[in-house]
Amino acid sequence: MQPTFRALLGATALTAVAAAAQAQTVTIATVNNGDMIRMQGLTQDFTEQHPDIDLEWVTLEENVLRQRVTQDIATGGGQFDVMTIGNYEVPIWANQGWLTPLENMPEGYDANDILPAIAGGLSVDGTLYAAPFYGESAMVMYRTDLAEEAGVEIPDQPTWADIKTAAEAMTDEENEIYGICLRGKAGWGENMALITAMSNSYGARWFDMDWQAQFDSPEWEATLTDYLDLMTNYGPPGASSNGFNENLSLFQQGKCGMWIDATVAASFVTDEDESTVADSVGFAQFPNKEGVDNRGNWLWSWNLAIPASSDATEAAKTFVAWATSKGYTELVAEEEGWAAAPPGTRTSLYENAEYQEAAPFAEMTLNQINAVDTKKPSVQEIPYTGAQFVAIPEFQGIGTAVGQQFSAALAGQTDAETALSNAQRATQREIDRAGYTD
Amino acid sequence: MARAVTPRRKMLNTAVAWIIGLLIFFPILWIVILSFKTEGDAIRTPLGVLTSGWTFDSYSVVQERSDYFHHFWNSVILSVGSTVLGLVIAVPSAWAMAFVPGKQTKNVLMWMLSTKMLPPVGVLMPIYLICQSLGLLDTRIALTLILMMINLPIIIWMLYTYFREIPGDILEAARMDGAALKEEVLFVLLPMAVPGIASTLLLNIILAWNEAFWTLNLTAANSAPLTAFIASYSSPEGLFYAKLSAASTMAIAPILIMGWFSQKQLVRGLTFGAVK
Repeated sequence: MQPTFRALLGATALTAVAAAAQAQTVTIATVNNGDMIRMQGLTQDFTEQHPDIDLEWVTLEENVLRQRVTQDIATGGGQFDVMTIGNYEVPIWANQGWLTPLENMPEGYDANDILPAIAGGLSVDGTLYAAPFYGESAMVMYRTDLAEEAGVEIPDQPTWADIKTAAEAMTDEENEIYGICLRGKAGWGENMALITAMSNSYGARWFDMDWQAQFDSPEWEATLTDYLDLMTNYGPPGASSNGFNENLSLFQQGKCGMWIDATVAASFVTDEDESTVADSVGFAQFPNKEGVDNRGNWLWSWNLAIPASSDATEAAKTFVAWATSKGYTELVAEEEGWAAAPPGTRTSLYENAEYQEAAPFAEMTLNQINAVDTKKPSVQEIPYTGAQFVAIPEFQGIGTAVGQQFSAALAGQTDAETALSNAQRATQREIDRAGYTD
Repeated sequence: MARAVTPRRKMLNTAVAWIIGLLIFFPILWIVILSFKTEGDAIRTPLGVLTSGWTFDSYSVVQERSDYFHHFWNSVILSVGSTVLGLVIAVPSAWAMAFVPGKQTKNVLMWMLSTKMLPPVGVLMPIYLICQSLGLLDTRIALTLILMMINLPIIIWMLYTYFREIPGDILEAARMDGAALKEEVLFVLLPMAVPGIASTLLLNIILAWNEAFWTLNLTAANSAPLTAFIASYSSPEGLFYAKLSAASTMAIAPILIMGWFSQKQLVRGLTFGAVK
């Protein structure tokens, strides 16, 4: 072999090694939601722009993801560089110093465009700790054809009394049509999301200013009694095991007159490929009780955050900025149409005429998100922040314990009074033990 | 004398056995059916599901989105690796306990079995932290060792039971003919215990293949086996039953086929020594 040729070969090999050493791998933990899967499919756009960054995806079941990510972050495992987490976790983890603050985002990111209600839930002392990928509130979805047939009108801003009247009128058990479908499956993120939001709209609160549980208050009694009344009289059978997906399936098959749940469901129930009732769905804001100026304060967002233990922080930030940018929304619109754009995070999306046209639920979603105040989810004085949850680390355990009581009441294993007094006792015990009342 | 069985009684027994068998197999059958449906059809009433059209769409989507063979290969390495490693440790242990039992042998056996009574989540944190400090998170080595240790008590117990069925006199005769310990175990004991070892191997490969606690908790992108592959298709917001079913079918198919072909061996091994 010629010496020159050998030298050239050596130089090429060295360059290749150097290039390989520079390429950074960003491992992303995520859940199997439609919008996330769409993002995985579009990552070629990112890797073309950033050939020096490799992306690796770990898709997990939601509860496993929460457990894995908590484990990894609490022990500094460093397995993940980007994590998909909810707005419940963000402020708690940021306060623990587990998340990298998202400062100095690339030029053109326009953090001010993020909906204020969403950004507020992801910031601690004005600093953003996670970037929202999609956001949701809750609203009423109803069958316009059934409402018309039954001769009822559901106003854009209904009260719970309106909901009850409509549920009664639309129920037709012989044809397996139930006036209302609500979550009944026990869990802090399942039935307690709905019931906590409902309690907010009834003027109830989880705790008073001295961290005393409030399940013995008349507001909570009214909330639970009305929830049980609605579901036992006009709800589907076996509702105590229904969560988001079960209700979605019922509604898509035309078995629910109304369904009050996350706004993200709107795009599913109006999807003609999957829903048998796609062309007859109307939307209304989350109900309130007469005289209570509160529409539930339900706010959830799936966000991308970078754990403090990541060793590829800059590359991770580049990815987060790409996935939550206006450019990404435009990319989705270009590839799959405006209706597929991730909802509920950016003001500019809702100002876009094409989106408004493609998504008939856009205006209602925006109104509902804008109506949320995560700093004060109840009309009464409270010592916590939150929305359809109380933003304290203990809430996962407490919420699920209370959810089991309420689910048992819905299944007829216990009554409202017993469920409330059990909930009161369990909550107070945990909150005392955690030291909030010291 | 055997009890006389009338043809009618025999037919009844066969029918009952078939019904029970079908009931047990029904969930798997339903998963397979759903995997050939569109997402819209998959959520319809059972009759609607059966009368709707058939499609391979879910399979192509799953294949496109996830690297099936990467997960499959991990499952093979973990299940076979942990079982073979377990056998290497279990054969000498079971030999010692079956043929040269000491005073504490029974207690040792019970103690080993007692480790199976501990809920795995009880030791999740220590094992997670050990793996983390040794840099073994998301590696096949760590999972192979853990799966081996989880199944080791079962492997030892099964082999112990099989070895006890083999008369000690044969081994003694081999020793008198001048066989060393190694030769005694390799050339005399093992050939006689082949059915037992084969069924132990098969059963433990199945157990390791289906293990879904450690394989979900200690893996990320590199060492995730098929259990993680299935879990990645479960969704909190959205109905992807057809895709989830397709992923499940793809994950259970290899082990189901293996079980089908080796069922005679499995049944023979499991009932070995049950009737004296």
